[in-house]
Amino acid sequence: MKQLMTGNEAIALGAWEAGVNVVAAYPGTPSTEITENAAKYDELYAEWAPNEKVALEVAIGAAITGGRAMACMKHVGVNVAMDPLLTVAFSGIEGGLVLITADDPGMHSSQNEQDNRRLGRFAKIPVLEPADSAECRDFVKAAFVISETFDTPVMLRLTTRVAHSQSLVEKGERVLRELPPYQKNPQKYVMVPANAKPRHTVAEERLLKLKAYSDETELNRVEKNSAAIGVICSGIVYPYVKDALPDASVLKIGLSNPLPEQKIRDFAASVKTLYVIEELDDVMEEQIRAMGIKTHGKDIFSLEGEIFPETIREKLCDEKTAPAYRYGKELVVRPPVLCAGCPHRGTFYVLKQAKVNVLGDIGCYTLGALPPLGAIDTTICMGAGIGMALGMEKVRGKDFAKQTVAVIGDSTFIHSGITGLIDAVYNNGCTTTIILDNHITAMTGHQQNPLTGFTVKGEPARKLQLETIVKGLGIDRVSVVDPFDLKTFAQILKADLSTEEPSVIIARRPCELLLKGAKGACYINPELCLRCGKCLKIGCPAIEKTGVGKAPIIRSELCVGCGLCQKVCGNDGVITKVGE
Amino acid sequence: MAQSEVKSILIAGVGGQGTVLTARVLSRLLLQKGYDIKVSEIHGMSQRGGSVVTQVRYGDKVHSPIIAPNSADDIIGFELLEGVRALPYLKEGGTIIVNEQKINPMPVVIGKATYPDDLKDFLCHCGAKVKLFDAHLLAMEAGNAKCLNMVMLGAWAKNAGLEFNEEECLNIIANNVPQKFLNVNIDGFKRGYHAF
Repeated sequence: MKQLMTGNEAIALGAWEAGVNVVAAYPGTPSTEITENAAKYDELYAEWAPNEKVALEVAIGAAITGGRAMACMKHVGVNVAMDPLLTVAFSGIEGGLVLITADDPGMHSSQNEQDNRRLGRFAKIPVLEPADSAECRDFVKAAFVISETFDTPVMLRLTTRVAHSQSLVEKGERVLRELPPYQKNPQKYVMVPANAKPRHTVAEERLLKLKAYSDETELNRVEKNSAAIGVICSGIVYPYVKDALPDASVLKIGLSNPLPEQKIRDFAASVKTLYVIEELDDVMEEQIRAMGIKTHGKDIFSLEGEIFPETIREKLCDEKTAPAYRYGKELVVRPPVLCAGCPHRGTFYVLKQAKVNVLGDIGCYTLGALPPLGAIDTTICMGAGIGMALGMEKVRGKDFAKQTVAVIGDSTFIHSGITGLIDAVYNNGCTTTIILDNHITAMTGHQQNPLTGFTVKGEPARKLQLETIVKGLGIDRVSVVDPFDLKTFAQILKADLSTEEPSVIIARRPCELLLKGAKGACYINPELCLRCGKCLKIGCPAIEKTGVGKAPIIRSELCVGCGLCQKVCGNDGVITKVGE
Repeated sequence: MAQSEVKSILIAGVGGQGTVLTARVLSRLLLQKGYDIKVSEIHGMSQRGGSVVTQVRYGDKVHSPIIAPNSADDIIGFELLEGVRALPYLKEGGTIIVNEQKINPMPVVIGKATYPDDLKDFLCHCGAKVKLFDAHLLAMEAGNAKCLNMVMLGAWAKNAGLEFNEEECLNIIANNVPQKFLNVNIDGFKRGYHAF
């Protein structure tokens, strides 16, 4: 019987059916659930690696020894893994190697919207683009066949709408492959110049063979319809085109690198007007134009964000229907917020009070940038804040560094904060780094990491200690504080900022969502409330302003009783916990 | 069933209200009826108390998981403001089922914006088929505010015109909700089912 599953679940199923031995990944929306689902299959090994580079390296090792391996990450994760990727593209592998990149057009949960099809082209490797969950399952299996046939890593590119949409998939059987004996082959795998040069030749020849394959494979197929409009598209745009232009002829591209040149030429010749419709970059269009083929594409569609069925109808059919019902005025927006009880709220309150410059990072705590906390100056990428703090210090001097902190999550610190901290120690920085230790990788939905003591399969693991790591890196000034102990936190911060040595404060308190069980809600006594508005400055979703000159109220259904507002208020008896 | 007969249901709410689980249960209900189904949901940053939209489309053959403006047959609004925000997606003659509960977004919480006070009035006079009710209260009566999603699902099932009988809905819920919370969820569903 067919099952309804997300693209991510279907990728995991496809890997299982393909007899994959190893799945390695670092969590990142929209890719996270692939590995969570893969971990449910007892027959395959799955792991959360400390970062995407290590994940890909684990997969490369597994594939070079003859296994089938998959590395999964979000689009920006591939940037971290580019170093091994570009060289394994030369060396090839023995078994099968598939890299899943989950791109995020529209930036639902990302800091940029880079188009990783370009990275696949850059690496000179095949790129597959499934359009729904059934294709996710099928394309993973096809990717392993291509990987082994052409001795190449294969990139399989999802977008948020494919990864997080559900459609019907029929579950198949797992087909096991026999592991070949391990054979040393240094000419192929030791990429010193003398060996790498002939491998470059192999990689170029491989691309030519893949180009011929791209013209043969049913992964790229023509759906002949009216000759008036022909559309070339891939991934999620295909179902959009089917909805928006049911009469159009379509060349559906499943293998988008290298493109099927002959199929494209034939298709272009068979239609009156040709459109290349693709989200983000003009990756296909650019190559099709270079073939000397006239087409529409980014002359009418945007290079930014998502394309929707109605966008296609608007652009091609000049069809724009006004909504039947609409509230005439602008509606107040509802941005995401830190949860009630979130430990990060304490940290950002302390930082805001201290009026320091805050170099932030990637995680739930990025939400500390939003009002009313508004406590973050920069967010660039995973691990960036610590190195950036050192860079600022080198331009603006020690006095500036004494008003500047880098803030990074526990999992992000393991991912790529460690090297930044080593730089601060090595190059005489005096950065104060705050590591937010909430005992979990929270933003992506609570994944285990090297600091939690459990693997992705929930098995016990060696639990690394942040204090030990940080001291081992050469930081002598290390403190641990509960971020809700505002007074102590502020004191430590002040002392650490004033010294000329690098320091680390570990703000330790578990993610509120890990602490199940109500602790009783807080209550504001309107008789005693001074209307100072302090409690509103922590941005707690449970505390509401009720009107000018009125006491705020705490919504008991949202309050988790963390008591941070009591501490911020500071006036005895104004805020109490119900039952206390 | 021709392409034009694909049905679309848009579920709008606030991150944490359980819209994703509702879509999961709802789509499995449709699966039992033998439809082709596509569901689109968004996770990650957008979950943290922000506006959340989940989309379900079903029919003989469904291509896109995304609902275009002016084309949803039903909208299930888990919160008043979010229901109104989603309204442009409703097609002419469509039905919108809305929980009249208000949850203030952060700009309102901190006093930088106001929550419009005319939303209920607007809905009642907008011309669409509107089912407005206090689902939060029904959820509380069932024993847990968190079963709001099942209250909303129940209200939708009754109004869907697909003749879902209560029993088959309850079976699907049993397969998708933790045992511990099953009774309260079933109670919530029943209260929603009999709300109109």
